Amino acid sequence: MEHNPSQLAQASKVDVPDIQFVGVTKRFGNVAAVDNVDLSVESGAFFSFLGPSGCGKTTSLRMIAGFEQPTEGNVYINGQSVVGIPPHKRHVNMVFQQYALFPHMDVADNIGYGLRQRAPRPSKSEIAKRVDETLELVRLEGYGNRRVWEMSGGQQQRVALARALINHPTVLLLDEPLAALDRKLRREMQIELQTLQRDVGITFVLVTHDQEEALSMSDQICIMNEGRIVQTGSPRDLYDDPVSRYVADFVGKSNFFEGDVVDVNAGSYSIKSATGQVFSGFGSKGAPALVKGGKASIAVRPELLSIGSADGGNIDADVKILGQIKNRIFLGEHTEYLVECEGLGEVLVLSPKHIENIRGTFEPGASVTLGWMNDIALALGD
Amino acid sequence: MRLYSIAVYLFLYIPIGIIVLFSFNSGRHASDFQGLSTMWYGKALSNPFVMESLVTSLIIAFAAATLSSLTGTAAALALQRMRGPMRVLFDGLIYISITIPGIVIGITTLVALVTAFDIVNPILADMWPEGVKPPKLSLGYASVIAAHTLFTMSLVIVLVRARIAGMDRALIEASTDLYATPWRTFYQITLPQIFPAIMAGFLLSFTFSFDDFIISFFVAGPNTTLPIYVFSSIRRGITPEVNAIGTIVLAFSLILLVTAQFLLRARNERK
Ligand SMILES: Nc1ncnc2c1ncn2[C@@H]1O[C@H](COP(=O)(O)OP(=O)(O)OP(=O)(O)O)[C@@H](O)[C@H]1O
Ligand SMILES: [Mg+2]
Repeated sequence: MEHNPSQLAQASKVDVPDIQFVGVTKRFGNVAAVDNVDLSVESGAFFSFLGPSGCGKTTSLRMIAGFEQPTEGNVYINGQSVVGIPPHKRHVNMVFQQYALFPHMDVADNIGYGLRQRAPRPSKSEIAKRVDETLELVRLEGYGNRRVWEMSGGQQQRVALARALINHPTVLLLDEPLAALDRKLRREMQIELQTLQRDVGITFVLVTHDQEEALSMSDQICIMNEGRIVQTGSPRDLYDDPVSRYVADFVGKSNFFEGDVVDVNAGSYSIKSATGQVFSGFGSKGAPALVKGGKASIAVRPELLSIGSADGGNIDADVKILGQIKNRIFLGEHTEYLVECEGLGEVLVLSPKHIENIRGTFEPGASVTLGWMNDIALALGD
Repeated sequence: MRLYSIAVYLFLYIPIGIIVLFSFNSGRHASDFQGLSTMWYGKALSNPFVMESLVTSLIIAFAAATLSSLTGTAAALALQRMRGPMRVLFDGLIYISITIPGIVIGITTLVALVTAFDIVNPILADMWPEGVKPPKLSLGYASVIAAHTLFTMSLVIVLVRARIAGMDRALIEASTDLYATPWRTFYQITLPQIFPAIMAGFLLSFTFSFDDFIISFFVAGPNTTLPIYVFSSIRRGITPEVNAIGTIVLAFSLILLVTAQFLLRARNERK
């Protein structure tokens, strides 16, 4: 708030972020859809907003596009404040969730729309050439004369992408662009979007509530909850060092053992669960320190748990708990076990195939021991 | 139940069927069917009074439909942005104006116009220089067109509003996102989207104006529209010629109505 990005921009031209939010709040009536958000998106990044429904992702994106104006704070594009500037004067483009292709125009006219609005307007042949290039970029050569409603969902998606990319925007905004596609196509498009982003070198800002989508595509993920940013970081940072239980739960799967903080020792915490067992774990980088006597959870990723027979002899672990297998799912590379542990609830275990090959699998109903090493456990507040 | 509804339809359509049938009568009397012929159509179309009143009706219907399409669309676009109690008020007023009986519109328009003329004409006379004959406002084309526009504009508003409401808001946002100014967005995106509804509104207004008797009867002044002509000739007895005119008007109106329906339908199906 004290620093002024446009002055910073003059000082060091190289480091200007493409997008910057400074103390941005957006209220609809009494609801703060976005609440005092600061963030910056580096040039060339693939940046995602991730969070549950209603957390303010779309509203944030719409403030970048110019469809909404912040109630408080400032939004900068390329170091310039854009507050009060209407969408048609901002050099960013959006891919809409339902694509919003113009039904009364063919594919080529849809894609060339942005160029035709420019003053001075490029020549017809120039526009046609750029449209053809862009059709090629999204692998739709020869589809220019199709009507948009004759295209499949995946093809419409590409037309929407092409219609935005042809303008070479500073930033491309994507609001849940893959939500309307089926699972397989979505996977393909994720890879395609990532490749496309590298090829064109344009900054992408994506909104999604699908953690897998965010993890697989983004360089930077901003996790939101109730209008606020909970954590921003690379997918790996978020996975390895979640600042709270909320993040650990949202990014990947995790098991949580709740309890009271009974001991604090140089970044390591001991937490006593309802069963009386004491577990220990490290605090995450960047997380606020936990206080003795407060509530906290020990988080353990399912793939970091070992599973062994009930006598516990064949696993190497600092902590061991007992349980009974409720359910087992073969996933090819892994076997997923759901284990009911007395007083601790259900625990998810992901056991890799090469270990299963040595130790054998466990049948539903069998009593087992679960174990983990202390250095992989995290102690997290809510 | 079945029988009952059949009876209702028969009751509604038999008179119309009889008019159509008797318009092809080769006999001289409307009530005495002598065999098929199209001679009364020829008679009707070569009657100068019929043709003159037909032209009058077409001019009035065209002008009224054009005016109500323009003003109705503008009003629908403006109302679209309105929220809260004012909107409820305007919605109410529009629906009321559709349901007001023609005779009320006829009388009130007549009274309003005549009163206005009584006030304005002396002022005009005062303003004009000595010796030059001052213009005198009176009932005529303009008054019928104005009354019809008033009445049909609400139809256009309702149709266009429905179309705007059914339109994807994201299309407008996409257009502005792609650098189009608000005005360019209007004529490149909004207008093509609502155009079928405007056309349907135009056709309906045209039919309503063309078929209207009551309002025209009050405010037409010396002009004779086709329905007024039919009315006055009936007083001299119903001839197969009147049936022929009726059938032509009926066919014409049906074609316009079906076209309007088609325009409204085609939009919805593509969505
Ligand atoms: N135009 C609006 N008027 C009133 N409230 C709004 C408006 N737009 C959004 N909101 C509210 O702001 C909050 C955030 O909405 P937003 O659309 O940004 O959520 P989101 O994170 O995109 O959710 P989703 O994943 O469901 O799309 C919600 O509570 C929503 O009801
Ligand atoms: Mg959203």
